[in-house]
Amino acid sequence: MEIKSMHFKANASAKLADVVLQGNLKNAKGKFVTKRAEAIKDLDDFEGTRDAAVAIRNKVIDNLDLWLERFEQKALDTGAQVLWAKDGAEVCRLVTEIAKRHGVKKVTKSKSMLSEEAGLNQALEAAGIQPVETDLGEYILQVDNNEPPSHIIAPAVHKSLSDVADLFHKVHGTPRKTEIPALTREAREVLRGHFLSAEMGLSGGNFLVAETGSVALVTNEGNGRMVTTMPKVHVVITGIEKVIPTLEDLSTLMRILPRSATGQSISNYFSILTGVKRPEEHDGPEHLYFVLVDSGRADVVGGDFHAMLRCIRCGACMNHCPVYQTIGGHAYGWVYPGPMGSVLTPLYAGIENSIDLPHAATLCNQCGIVCPVKIPLPDLLRKLREKQTERGLRPLTERIGLRLWAWVAQRPTLYALGASLGARYLKWLAGESNRIRLLPTAPEWTLGRDFPAPQGKTFRELYAARRNATPRA
Amino acid sequence: MAKVRVGLFVTCLVDLMRPRIGFATLKLLETAGCDVVVPEAQTCCGQPAWNSGDAPGAVALAKKTIAEFEGFDYVVTPSGSCGDHIRSEYPALLAAEPDWRDRATALASRTYELTDFLVTVLKVDSVPGDHEGSITYHDSCSGLRSMGIKDQPRALLAKMNGVELREMNGCEECCGFGGTFSVKFGEVSAAIAERKCDNVLASGAQAVVGGDLGCLLNIEGKLRRMGNETTQVLHVAEVLAGRV
Repeated sequence: MEIKSMHFKANASAKLADVVLQGNLKNAKGKFVTKRAEAIKDLDDFEGTRDAAVAIRNKVIDNLDLWLERFEQKALDTGAQVLWAKDGAEVCRLVTEIAKRHGVKKVTKSKSMLSEEAGLNQALEAAGIQPVETDLGEYILQVDNNEPPSHIIAPAVHKSLSDVADLFHKVHGTPRKTEIPALTREAREVLRGHFLSAEMGLSGGNFLVAETGSVALVTNEGNGRMVTTMPKVHVVITGIEKVIPTLEDLSTLMRILPRSATGQSISNYFSILTGVKRPEEHDGPEHLYFVLVDSGRADVVGGDFHAMLRCIRCGACMNHCPVYQTIGGHAYGWVYPGPMGSVLTPLYAGIENSIDLPHAATLCNQCGIVCPVKIPLPDLLRKLREKQTERGLRPLTERIGLRLWAWVAQRPTLYALGASLGARYLKWLAGESNRIRLLPTAPEWTLGRDFPAPQGKTFRELYAARRNATPRA
Repeated sequence: MAKVRVGLFVTCLVDLMRPRIGFATLKLLETAGCDVVVPEAQTCCGQPAWNSGDAPGAVALAKKTIAEFEGFDYVVTPSGSCGDHIRSEYPALLAAEPDWRDRATALASRTYELTDFLVTVLKVDSVPGDHEGSITYHDSCSGLRSMGIKDQPRALLAKMNGVELREMNGCEECCGFGGTFSVKFGEVSAAIAERKCDNVLASGAQAVVGGDLGCLLNIEGKLRRMGNETTQVLHVAEVLAGRV
């Protein structure tokens, strides 16, 4: 997917000015937050389960090559084929080759963020193969001129009911419907034909289970089952970090994934798919391919951002992020929005292509608190800022300003003079009104709010005066 | 018994913008029986440098602050944000220098946010302030999520007969300040602040009170831009201490 993260600030301004979007964000805000808060109460020991989940994920990412080899061997034993892709271009090439080998004209897709990373739909179309998104949210976006998703589990969350009603009326040529069940039925009627006619199904994978060579899928609409069992070919595309050791580990992670994501104790559908269709079975693919994708992940192993590989893609960090709640996911400019995206985008799509993202957070740590696998997201964002500074990627004025400030702050006499002059200047600027409406030294502050006036003298001045007036015995 | 010797870390923002918060803190500590010293050479804890990716600047300011404050029984500051930076980040950012790391760890263990210190360490029975009216409390992020400051200010405010606490919706949500975030992404920051101010106003309280001046300047600035002239914006130290 084309990266537009360099335009974060301009994107964010546009999103703030978009009245319809702001209304939609206001409606959506808090729903996932409230449901998650309720859902985690069900668990007797949510914190203990989190710790267990962290341990499982660490066990894997600390020896990733080992677990991948185990998974590969087991998957081969079940009749699947395992392919390795180093980047998005290779994903596109491998999947297109598989499709051509099996004479595929149409591919039904269950949701896959990695296919978004790779720009797979465009590659399939270019090869004359029709990709059909079957997750309702992804379907809505596909028929709306291939709009990118704005959330990793609720891709069309930025759209309102009314937006979808208009869209379906336009693209399906049907009378405009305003009830959710009627709109859903309409999408199902369109999708049914695709499910029956597609020769290949493509899914992501929430987890890969090493002990059985299985892929686990967490879905809510049933489309995942149609995509993975009806066509004769099933292709799973997923990142190499998604492997976990055992089915027991899977059950532990499933206690926290749906709860953290949508606030459900369990998703409507939960599938563990193992191998190709056996002779005695009625359903399932004749050919099963795993495309395991690196795309920057291997480089993260063992480095400063290692903990990020624990991520199980629940979206809790963005649901709880004040910045995400205010501007939505599109402003972040790539596949992954919110705090996890502000870490992943620089790592996978280039730190120099996403200068603003590590700074696009107040470091309130609400994300770190809710992350089910305890990724210290604010620390990672801060570390990325440090890397940017080291590489001279931040604007020169900012770097000089910060350096100068830190230099002065180490020299108390000079600092005291500066603070004293600053306090007087700001007081003068505020004048009678006791507030500053345009702050020349930091105009960004006063774009949307006033800057309160200071008292006029610094604490150290007033304290010294007080000490002089009443000398201690 | 010898008096507890407290080093008061005023914070750069209080020094520049609201000295009365520093004096209120001084009064609260002295009223509670502490021997309070204000090291004159103190400037900033270095958090802005650390959060902006300037590790060398952050390390230099951490060392400066440690050297100035390590001689006291306790370090107390009217800020959960600066307090948390000293307590949580200093040992981490000096990890590569064992001598300094140990000094940082020792200082961290004696560093407290003001309300936490009054409740947890001094266990005060009363506070000198005589504020009257309804207030709503904004829980600042670092204090709340890293230092566990939640019940302490409320317990102290509950000792004041004239104060009525009216909790707002989303009192634990970020106000959008975020230090340098507020001037890098001013529009987004102000939009987040607007949600906070809507909640403040909906509470119907006469004053919004908090423990971090950065958040309070953000909230006050947004309230005034929204045309609200009447809601008071106060630091918890000002309310608890009364006239200074």
